[in-house]
Amino acid sequence: MERIKTLKTRSLCKSAKNGGCGECQTSCQSACKTSCGIANQKCESKEKKSK
Amino acid sequence: MIHSYKLGGLNIVIDVFSGSIHLVDDVAYDIISLYETKTREETAAEALRLHGGEVTADEIDECLDSVETLKEAGQLYTPDIYGDKADTLKAKTSGVVKALCLHVAHTCNLCCSYCFAGQGRYSGERALMSFETGRRALDFLIENSGSRRNLEVDFFGGEPLMNFDVVKRLVEYARSVEGEKGKNFRFTLTTNGVLIDDEVIDFANREMSNVVLSLDGRREVHDRFRVDHAGRGSWDRIVPKFKRLVEARGGKNYYIRGTFTHMNPDFLEDIKTMLDLGFDELSMEPVVCPPDDPLALTEDDLPVVLEQYERLADLIVSRREEGRPFTFYHYMIDLEEGPCIYKRISGCGSGCEYLAVTPDGQLYPCHQFVGDEKFRLGDVWEGVTNTEMQAEFAASNVYTKPACEDCWAKLWCAGGCAANSYHAAGSVNGCYEYGCKLFRRRLECAIMAEARRMLADE
Repeated sequence: MERIKTLKTRSLCKSAKNGGCGECQTSCQSACKTSCGIANQKCESKEKKSK
Repeated sequence: MIHSYKLGGLNIVIDVFSGSIHLVDDVAYDIISLYETKTREETAAEALRLHGGEVTADEIDECLDSVETLKEAGQLYTPDIYGDKADTLKAKTSGVVKALCLHVAHTCNLCCSYCFAGQGRYSGERALMSFETGRRALDFLIENSGSRRNLEVDFFGGEPLMNFDVVKRLVEYARSVEGEKGKNFRFTLTTNGVLIDDEVIDFANREMSNVVLSLDGRREVHDRFRVDHAGRGSWDRIVPKFKRLVEARGGKNYYIRGTFTHMNPDFLEDIKTMLDLGFDELSMEPVVCPPDDPLALTEDDLPVVLEQYERLADLIVSRREEGRPFTFYHYMIDLEEGPCIYKRISGCGSGCEYLAVTPDGQLYPCHQFVGDEKFRLGDVWEGVTNTEMQAEFAASNVYTKPACEDCWAKLWCAGGCAANSYHAAGSVNGCYEYGCKLFRRRLECAIMAEARRMLADE
């Protein structure tokens, strides 16, 4: 029986090496305007698959 | 640091600093929690005491092996490796401007009593932005955007459609220069809907990457605050217009965006009204106002609001399973291709990569600081001249906020809203604890709903 199922997630540690292109949306720009979070932001890096 | 919680029939373990998420059974749930602070032997003994009737000592041992494998793989108990280089990480994404909130109209055809913008005037005089000022703002953005290609401009107010001609001319100007400048403008229109007509619909659906349509949900909730200057509610006037706009939008993004207050902490009913009206891309935000305002959410409201978020997540899961999906802004979460660590540390970008521009071309850190003179950063002609204030925003990141130090959600909220922090605690490095409580519950709900989706798609 599988006691632990690990979801596919982006590795934050790896993204420290290659991330930071800055092409992503500014955090509260397009919707909420009153409470910021980055959980719903999308990565827009052209090379995100390697990041 | 790990964060473990049970929600929506799932036991969820978040490994904060790697971003890994594990779904576990009850035995593993307790073992992972225990093993964070205890030795392997102590953990095994305690787990056997808790679950001896369900599992054998050998099974507990196997589970501990799995936990240690995940730890070695950097997916459990990952240490914080970002704190001492947070400044460097943020610096990589700073130094350019990539988004403007363009206040094309400091006036409004509604008179909503809860408006954080003071009925559109931001504590100042009524004003409309001229085309020349707007064009200079776009040039300022291009000139200061470095190598960034995607530039965002939100037509904001007040009510931006009260200055629609200028909006159209500014979009036309941006389109005429973006190719030669190597830029891609993404426009957003935030509107109360009163002035929407066929021309606006055609224009918005052609040129706007996103439209944000203000609707609070139930007619009586909406019309309590969203009234015109004669005190008449606007629901009946705007809902048919929003429907027409969305129907004609052809799948492009939009948000029906509501505000909830102390008067309707049961905001799920308003979400359901939006769904019944046929809208399926939704956002609902807690009101922004001083704590002594009668509309401010209270401590008594908190458990109600938190429960509403849970029920909303359940509704998202059940509607998806029924083939009637909808999105809620705060529950849109991309676990596989979400933001990198730079974004997660840097926060909202206000005062640096994101600026607000008033009708007369003044620059502020964001729309929520407009009207507070001490936050004025400069103007679109001279650029940022209040470099001391900008430096304060540039230096702010999730690791400069003492209240975030032990918070499991910090790499998901990125330190939160600078304006909320300032208004609640007097500093952009302060903490708006009420907002944090809402955020953490929303995040737990969002991850649960997304995990349920991933399981269903397998």
